[in-house]
Amino acid sequence: MDTVNLSNVTNAQFEAVERIGKEAGVDYDDCYQCGKCTAGCPMAHAMDYAPRQIIRLLQLGLVEEALAAKTPWICAHCMVCSARCPQGVDITATMLAVRRESKRRGLKPARETDIFDDAFIGNVRSFGKSNEAILAAKYNLLSGHLMQDMLNAPKMAMRGMIGPKIHSVKDKDAVKCLVDKALNKGGE
Amino acid sequence: MSRVGVFVCHCGSNIAGTVDVERVAEEAGKLPGVVLATTNKYMCSAPGQQAVKDAIVEHGLDRIVIASCSPRMHEATFRKMLAGTDINPYMLEIANVREQCSWVHKEKEVGTPKAVDLVKMAVAKVNYDAPLTTTTIPVNKRALIIGGGIAGMQAALDIADAGYPVTIVEKEPSLGGKMVMLDKTFPTMDCSACICTPKMTDVGAHPNITIKTLAEVESVGGYVGNFEVTIREKAKYVDYDSCTGCGLCETKCPQKVESEFDQGLAQRRAIYRPFAQAVPAKPSIDAAHCRKLVDGKCGVCEKLCPCGSIKFDDVDKVSTETYGAIIVATGYQLIDWTKIYGEYGGGRYKDVISGLQFERLVNASGPTEGHIQRPSDNTEPKTLVIIKCVGSRDPEKGKSYCSRACCMYSAKHAHQYLDKVKDGRCYVFYMDVRAAGKGYDEFYMNTQHDGARYVRGRVSKIYNQNGKLICQGEDTLLGSQVVVEADMVVVETAMVPADDANRIGSMLGITRDKDLWLSEAHPKLRPVETNSGGIYLAGTCQGPKDIPDSVAQASAAAMKVAILFSKDELESNAMIAHSTTSLCNGCGACVSICPYTAITLEEITVRENSRMVTRPVSKVNPGLCQGCGACTVACRPGAMDLRGFTDEQIMKEVAALCQW
Repeated sequence: MDTVNLSNVTNAQFEAVERIGKEAGVDYDDCYQCGKCTAGCPMAHAMDYAPRQIIRLLQLGLVEEALAAKTPWICAHCMVCSARCPQGVDITATMLAVRRESKRRGLKPARETDIFDDAFIGNVRSFGKSNEAILAAKYNLLSGHLMQDMLNAPKMAMRGMIGPKIHSVKDKDAVKCLVDKALNKGGE
Repeated sequence: MSRVGVFVCHCGSNIAGTVDVERVAEEAGKLPGVVLATTNKYMCSAPGQQAVKDAIVEHGLDRIVIASCSPRMHEATFRKMLAGTDINPYMLEIANVREQCSWVHKEKEVGTPKAVDLVKMAVAKVNYDAPLTTTTIPVNKRALIIGGGIAGMQAALDIADAGYPVTIVEKEPSLGGKMVMLDKTFPTMDCSACICTPKMTDVGAHPNITIKTLAEVESVGGYVGNFEVTIREKAKYVDYDSCTGCGLCETKCPQKVESEFDQGLAQRRAIYRPFAQAVPAKPSIDAAHCRKLVDGKCGVCEKLCPCGSIKFDDVDKVSTETYGAIIVATGYQLIDWTKIYGEYGGGRYKDVISGLQFERLVNASGPTEGHIQRPSDNTEPKTLVIIKCVGSRDPEKGKSYCSRACCMYSAKHAHQYLDKVKDGRCYVFYMDVRAAGKGYDEFYMNTQHDGARYVRGRVSKIYNQNGKLICQGEDTLLGSQVVVEADMVVVETAMVPADDANRIGSMLGITRDKDLWLSEAHPKLRPVETNSGGIYLAGTCQGPKDIPDSVAQASAAAMKVAILFSKDELESNAMIAHSTTSLCNGCGACVSICPYTAITLEEITVRENSRMVTRPVSKVNPGLCQGCGACTVACRPGAMDLRGFTDEQIMKEVAALCQW
């Protein structure tokens, strides 16, 4: 990371942090940077910033850096960090709030994750559950990784995990209603 | 022949773990004079002590050796135990087989023979022990307190309330010390002056307390219960008996001087009270700056004074008085960062100020009436940078220790700044936040919620660019270099002992550590005593601490004085040096080597070779001698000897160790 001039941080940036905090229900001044969130994170190895560092960026008002980070998109939402935080900081909610903010701003630091998530939610919305073949097809087409995971297809077909028949749940509409409600409330 | 009993302690597994105690007892039993050698699980416990007492009766012992922990730990315990038996309490030797043996070795094969040797030496020595007795010395029930800051005042009030007369010697013109310079106190944000000045008034008004300001202790003689102290009160050039403290003189004095109280941020006159609530509430003349005293022209104050109190012919008053106890409360000063931190401008930038200067700046009765303004152009700083650990935890440039109070007062400074400058930004560069104390961590967290942005890392450099103070640092939590363009920088500097502390320490025989803080007798169990009897420590002269700790230590020291004064007579130390007149040649080597000034040369007239001769011989003052033994080593004719550690005993120990 280049030298950061803290004096260049504008009030607008601090306000943006406050908005994210409000959305996540978190006051970032609560965090004393102990690192317990990062210590227990199963995805930390794949992240560009550790979860603690995302909070640190927000504390300093460096909101653009946080929004451009891949970390919130790699987060598995296992909630281990939030459950263990001694200061009650909801890190998982923060990851979601940062993702939503970067989507609102049209930033997609992790394009594939975004495509996958949209495909997944669309899948659930349509069939009430995730349909592996459709999910894979949709993701591969949209992401451009046409052949990704194709070698797994025969094995999955042999075990009945994918097939010509499209499975769905009994009350598809109820699930659809549920997903729509969540999306309308700002979910993604 | 003596009848020695040897008792070897297991100390649970502390000793028995690395020393074969049974074998030590067995070997001890073979030594000359030993009639009983046994072991016990815990010698110092009640059953352990009883076993010794029983053995004394049963075996008719006349002296004992206890192989256990350091004599510093339990020698007094066993002496007390012997006081209830037929044996004199000084017919006892402790062989230290714990601290100096079992704790430093890992294998029994090494520990056991060493323990045997240590016991051998103790037995050799105990055979030459002689019964010793103590004498009593009278106690003069008046206390002297050096330093009139919060610690000195608290100690004075406590001793005075206990009914004993107290004298406070303060080198400044007023009581109050550093605390009265502070604006507010953490974590409750009490106004410092509001809680300090009533104490000053109480001290001033207490019938048992005498205050000597602009005074210092010149010399100290005597010993516990009977210190002879010479105090010099510098000339004030104002007669305090007739002065009413109206303050007219101060308003008309033409000579302006940088105010020490306002840390150079404001000016005072040559005739002045350092601040409005000063105690005593009367002015004094600063002789170095007074025009009348320097070149004989002026004397405005003398003409104006309605009481005729100005006395330009005033002289220093020197008095010698006797005190029973002394409390040292000389306090601290801040390290001069300008001399050691060139990277922070070394004092070149007016807007880089110390924490104490910030206290004056934010104080309602300070130079800016509490408005936070840059000293350079009186504008309000919109970005404040606070740098902690300037001079602290920096062995290369400053001090290796943590100054303890800075974490909290820098949080307080950040809080005060954000409270007064609503649109201001405050960055605190820190290495750690050490907020151990009641309500302290909560205060620090609240400061962060106030908007203070803590950046973990030291500032490496401050430089001026277009009127901004550019602070270069690293946020180690972010792992990135950061820069802040500050309008004002506060450096929270290390506490160091007051200028006078070293002189007073050497005068009173108090040891000092590598940083010249005065040393307590034991860091845990005797935190307010010194190694010199009757001399106690209070406040920051002993080491950096905050106000609550200073006050607590002051009250503790006062209690020690009250305990001392509750007795009419004191028991003197039995193990002291004494001189054999017939051997002494009066060379005086012992006099110059004694750290407690306990030895003097005295003329005696004796019959030698059939005629009367008058010659000087050394004489030990039993009240002052602490039994260190320096004189016995210095004495060439061998006249000086230490009771309980005679030259003969030490040679016997060496001989016992060297026997094959």
